[in-house]
Amino acid sequence: MRRPRRRLNRRVIVPLTVVSALLGGVVLSGCGQQRDPDVYTVMNSSTDESYHRWDAQTLARCSKSLGVKIEQQSVPASQVMTKALRMASSKSLPDVLQLDASEMPTFAEAGGLIPLKDLGLTTKDIPEGIVNFGSYDGKYYGAARTVNTLALFYNKDTLDKAGLKVPTTWAEMQDTAKKLTQGKRYGLALSAGGAEDGVFQFTPFMWSNGGDETKLDSPQVAGALDYWKALLKDGSLSKSTVNWTQADVNDQFMAGNAAMMINGPWQVESLNAKKGLNWGIAQIPVPKAGDDSVGPLGGGILTVPNTGDEAREKMSARIIGCMSGEQEQITYAINSWMVPANEKAAAVWRTKAPELAALADQVATARSRTAKLGAQWSSVSLALQSAFQSALTGESSEAALKRAQQQVTSGN
Amino acid sequence: MSSTTASAAALPADPKAPAAGAVKKPVNPRSAKRRRTLAQWGFIAPAVIFMALFFGYPLVRNIVMSFQDYSPSTFFTGEAPFNGLDNWKNVFNDGLFGKALWQTILFTVGSLVGQFCIGLALAVFFTRRFPLNGILRSLILLPWLVPMVVSGIVWRRIFDQDTGVLNSFLGTVGLPGDTPWLTSTSMALFSVVLVNIWIGIPFNMVILYGGLQEVPKELNEAASLDGASAWRTFRSVTLPMLKPVITVVLVLGFMSTVKILDLVLALTDGGPADSTQTLGTLTYQNSFVQMDFGAGAVVGNILILISAVFAVFYLRVNRNEGK
Repeated sequence: MRRPRRRLNRRVIVPLTVVSALLGGVVLSGCGQQRDPDVYTVMNSSTDESYHRWDAQTLARCSKSLGVKIEQQSVPASQVMTKALRMASSKSLPDVLQLDASEMPTFAEAGGLIPLKDLGLTTKDIPEGIVNFGSYDGKYYGAARTVNTLALFYNKDTLDKAGLKVPTTWAEMQDTAKKLTQGKRYGLALSAGGAEDGVFQFTPFMWSNGGDETKLDSPQVAGALDYWKALLKDGSLSKSTVNWTQADVNDQFMAGNAAMMINGPWQVESLNAKKGLNWGIAQIPVPKAGDDSVGPLGGGILTVPNTGDEAREKMSARIIGCMSGEQEQITYAINSWMVPANEKAAAVWRTKAPELAALADQVATARSRTAKLGAQWSSVSLALQSAFQSALTGESSEAALKRAQQQVTSGN
Repeated sequence: MSSTTASAAALPADPKAPAAGAVKKPVNPRSAKRRRTLAQWGFIAPAVIFMALFFGYPLVRNIVMSFQDYSPSTFFTGEAPFNGLDNWKNVFNDGLFGKALWQTILFTVGSLVGQFCIGLALAVFFTRRFPLNGILRSLILLPWLVPMVVSGIVWRRIFDQDTGVLNSFLGTVGLPGDTPWLTSTSMALFSVVLVNIWIGIPFNMVILYGGLQEVPKELNEAASLDGASAWRTFRSVTLPMLKPVITVVLVLGFMSTVKILDLVLALTDGGPADSTQTLGTLTYQNSFVQMDFGAGAVVGNILILISAVFAVFYLRVNRNEGK
């Protein structure tokens, strides 16, 4: 009689099999997924509904013109890099990867990207600054559709009521900000938070003053930091500046707690949604009249990860070519309030969004954060944020920057 | 041997085979025993496999990684050359490590003391019977239900020096309304601790409240008959009876506090000027901002080691309680 015995076994084996299958499934699904030969994947950080939709529309047009199926995969911006690295080790990288330009050098240095020119993409009509923006070590890895930078946003009504003009130099800005600081309202808002946001906001002051990320303890960098300290001392900047992200800065501006702010075009959508807010935009003031206002270039770039499948990589480059084509750039720029990367597209865009012309001028002189340091940028950025926060909370700029420079030199 | 009968008893009564017993072949006792052992292992196996995969493997990996040059290119080439103690030296030579370690200690001790004292006070308070007791008790649980990051973001607004609710409240009641909660290097850590205390109170309260229910009322009555004051009764009767629960609360609280990350990131990002960096944020910064996974692993291992010491301590105390 074997029945009872089988029963016992089944009682043990069924749950065991289920558990093992579950465990096995979990483990295996982490490792290499087979690529679907007919479907190309684009991984980006368009997790906002509007951005996701705009990208989906672009991809629909591109898949039609190229005759392939393209899927969009969106992960939060802060996770793109780590997710892509994990996918690299499990050999399941997407066909097109949208990286933040400041992350690209790390990925390129690791051997994770294919130079776009090798795959047949040209840099015709793209301004040199933006080609450099997508390049690492002299190789062009990433095509930008649009770029962004920082500018000075101001409340037109507040300035008009006070009879003040939009400042163009540091002295004017300090003066204007001081005059506009009244009651609960600060003259100026910016982000000096302990993350990349703060460093991004410091760069236009550092660069316009002739300072440089390769020498943090130079008098030019200290001068820029002293300017921030002076604004804080005047009371034109809130003490909370060291705790604000760029989104917080925008909230303060929209709530009327700041008359002017340093921010980027990605805030325009919410600024426009606020009724009764009459805002304008200008270039970031410079140390002396006649200086160049040098802002940081920001934005995502489209890259082809190194998957080892040449035919697919060629097609991925064509997908990038389509996504960053002139017409797509204009569409995306108008949707997202950014500036098209391509010169011809930018010219068309200027006529369609004249209120943002100041931004286009700012982009023309803007610089990439990683152009000089490449993958080293992240450690310099950490040292710099610690330095300006120390200086803004009491230390002298020179001492704080000197320590930051030492930290960078000894740390690497 | 009783194994035959035991395994036979474990069999389900099968109504469809009523004649089974009649034709039952003699069961080999040795194979029955083997089967039983196999079955026992079979039941343990999923847990063992699970532990090995999801705890053992990452733990060992993390230890190995701290001796490797583990960079982004490792993900492509799979090569992570061993570099001896380089990562450890780099971490210890970085001035930030000492600072973060000290701040982690301050944060942990401060949070534990605050959470425990307030939690215990509330637990004692709620052992009395009064109207709305149940509702109030569940309301106090709310901070526990809010995700860390959400509390972090909300508290960051509350703490805002100029537009925050806290300062405007302090201002209206005549206290200094411009306290630099998160914007001064000397205050920020304290403020982060305050938020963490707020988050930790419910946990402490619930567990201690449960423990208090176990303390026999007769003991308190006997103590008061002997003329002990309420405070004396609490100190000499309630607290000793509560000791095992207190150990649980403190050790579990310690382990969840020492590795704090999300709250600090949401509140201050480690700033201003690194004044709220803890070992948790340092691990994060090394691994995911600087992409130096070796250094991140070093700090991670130190955190695990600290937690392990306390886990062993906890197990020892528990074992002694059992005796």
